Order: sequence, then structure tokens, then C-alpha cells
Amino acid sequence: MSHLQPVPSGTPVPDQAPVADLGALLRQSARGDQQAFAALYDATSARLHGLVLRVIRDPAQAEEVTQEVFLQVWRTAARFDEAKGSPLAWLMTLAHRRAVDRVRAAEAVSRQDTSYHQNNHVVDHDSTAEAAEKSMEARRVRAALAELTPVQREALELAYFGGYTHAEVAVMLDLPVGTAKTRIRDGLIRMRDAIGVGQ
Amino acid sequence: MTAHEIHALSGAYAVDALDDLERARFEDHLAACAECRAEVASLQDAAASFSSMTTAAPSADLRAKILADIKTVRPLPPVVARLDSRRPRRWANLVAAAAVLTVLGGGVTVWQQNHSTSQAPISAVDQIRTAADVTAVTQDLGKGAKATLYRSASLGKAALVTSHLPAAPNGKTYQLWLQNRAGHMVNAGLLDGSGNRAVVLQGDASDATAAGITVEPAGGSQTPSLPVVAVIEFEKAT
Repeated sequence: MSHLQPVPSGTPVPDQAPVADLGALLRQSARGDQQAFAALYDATSARLHGLVLRVIRDPAQAEEVTQEVFLQVWRTAARFDEAKGSPLAWLMTLAHRRAVDRVRAAEAVSRQDTSYHQNNHVVDHDSTAEAAEKSMEARRVRAALAELTPVQREALELAYFGGYTHAEVAVMLDLPVGTAKTRIRDGLIRMRDAIGVGQ
Repeated sequence: MTAHEIHALSGAYAVDALDDLERARFEDHLAACAECRAEVASLQDAAASFSSMTTAAPSADLRAKILADIKTVRPLPPVVARLDSRRPRRWANLVAAAAVLTVLGGGVTVWQQNHSTSQAPISAVDQIRTAADVTAVTQDLGKGAKATLYRSASLGKAALVTSHLPAAPNGKTYQLWLQNRAGHMVNAGLLDGSGNRAVVLQGDASDATAAGITVEPAGGSQTPSLPVVAVIEFEKAT
């Protein structure tokens, strides 16, 4: 393992992360190229793990999920279809789904966690966010978020970072049943249009 | 739930804010709605940009662990276009089924018209089902879902026909197994989609003692994950 380089901690994801390169690294990984996969890991792990950690909060569990996600990426890299979305979106979608499934499974086991989460649902800007504050993309995202209505923003943050269902979000924000999903969708559409992705 | 209402779930789906039932319903809808697929993809892209705000490098240990792990895992092959026109998408195999799916009010109602189209896998299933020496056993999978296992010893093949099978969670798939006389579960292929499916199990079924159904990560696993969804024993076949 002498070729392994330690990951410098707190390295921000490069702003101009070359998206095409991630696609190439995925394709090489699909062919069994372990070095390409290591490069993919180095380019995306801080971002992927940061998301997983934000949703799960428990560092040990978050590392487990990050490990599962990267193994899934290795196994299924050939199934990535660039025509359907960016490599980064594919990775983050896999990671988010697994992180949310993990917190929901844990919740199903011990329902008492729910009261803890409900009392602490105010989205805090944790220390991990600070490292990325300088990132251009993070600034763009913050600017786009600032254009949402407060309800759209809060609903989105509770759903995405909190891992709550739209029905739970509705209760948390005192919204009429069925309207949280609309706020989430409207908020995402405004985000998408403000950032200029996916079009 | 009306078409308009289900369409409105695209945002919540893109950020995983649907409960399991809603997710399954929406994925059924996605299979038939290109507009929703495009919208979901663009919203997932937008949601992914959130992660630029929360970077946190995992420990160096994790990197070493993952890179050691992958040495023992074979990447799955790409999904190739096939003559039976299955499409390489995670909801791909739902497309055909979706044509006969109708989503109504509080529950999902599935109608399966006669499956007798010219798809090769179907006729292979029918070949087993209509073999002179066919035996069959039906097992209740709960929540209205059923699976019937057919085997023809002369053909050496088994087929599984499901009804009202709920969709596997997104990112997961059903996988089939044949249990050999030594008690080992041998991979018998994937069962994609939901509802009423009919598939031929891969491998020689003439000596198998049972068939298993499990839920596995997309692409399947080398060994079955526990708990199994069902084990259907040939012994009980009539």
C-alpha cells in the first residue's frame, strides 16, 4: 500500500472540479482500474462524507455509510449513465439515499430519538461547513438559498440535511398536510434555476 | 392520488423525503413518465450542489480500508441493450410493467393483462409452466404479494411468477437463488421491477431443493443478504 497518500484533512473540493474527469474516472473504475478509483475517492470523498456526516451526525456511523457508498460506487460504476446526470450528482444521490435510509432505520429501532431530533431541528452551521465556506460553489449555493422564501429554505434543509420526510417537515414547520412537498419542490426548482444546473 | 398529485412528489423524491410507500409509488410513476424522470434528474443535480457546503474529509484509515476492500470486489458489467428491449436504467424493467399499472387513491392496484407478448423471457417461462412434468408451489409473501415457483425436471429449469410484488427500495433489487442439495444458495439472477413478474431462474434447477428471494444492492450480490424475503421449497410443490 506504499502508493497510498494520506488525505490532507479539511482540503476543500476544488472549485473547478473538472466534471468530465469524474466521468472518466468512473468509466476507468468500471473497468477495474483501482488507481482511477483512488483518484475518484480523493476528488469526491470530502464532499460525499461531509454530506453523509451532516445527515447522520454520528462520526462512526457516517464513516460506515461512506464506506458502503464507495463500495457501491466501485461495484456499480458501469451503471452510471452520463446522459442522465452529472457524475457528482450520481455520487451524491447514492450517498444521500443511503444516509437517509440509515437514519430512518435507526429511528425505527429506537423511536425515542425522534424527540431529540424534533427538539434540535434548527439547522446549525456546523464546523464542517466552515472549511467549505471559501468554496465558490458553496457561495453560489448560499446565494441561491438566500433567494428562497424562508419556508422553502427551511423545508428543503430539513428534508435534505435532516433526512425528514415531507410529512414530518410539514409537522415541524406547522404547514398544512401536503404542502411541505410543494415547498420542497418549489425551493429545489428555484435553486436549480439560480445555480443553472441540470438544464 | 391523481397524476397531478403524484407529479408534485418529484422534489420530495429528489431529496429522499418520501416514505417507503410513497417512494415505491413514485418510482412506478417515474417508469412511465419521462417528464418526471427529467425533472427528478435536474432536481437531484440541484440538491447535489448543497453538498458543496458540508465538506468533511473522512479519516485516512477509511481510505485505506476502502481501497483494500475493492481489491476483492468485482465491478459489475454494464447493462447492455438486449433484444428483449430492457433498458439500462434502474427503473427500466418497470417500463413494461408500468403500461399495465394503474395507481389509484389510497392504494396501488395492479392489473396484469395477459403477458403473452413476444418477449423471449416470457415464452421461456410459459415453456416451463406448460411442461408435462411441471410442479408448482405458491407462497404468500405478505401484504397481498404472492410468488409461484414452477419447475420442470425434464427441462431442468425453474421459473418464478409474482403478483403484487412491491418494488424493491431504490438502489436495491430482488435477487433469486437456487438452493442446492448441500444447502448452498447459488445465484439464479436478478428479479427487476415489481408487481406481476415472470422470470426463468438461471442455472440448473433439476436438483435444487428450494428457491430464495432476497433484496440486494443494485446489480446483485455474490451471497444472499439476510433476512431473506422468502424461501420456497420445491418439496412442497404439487
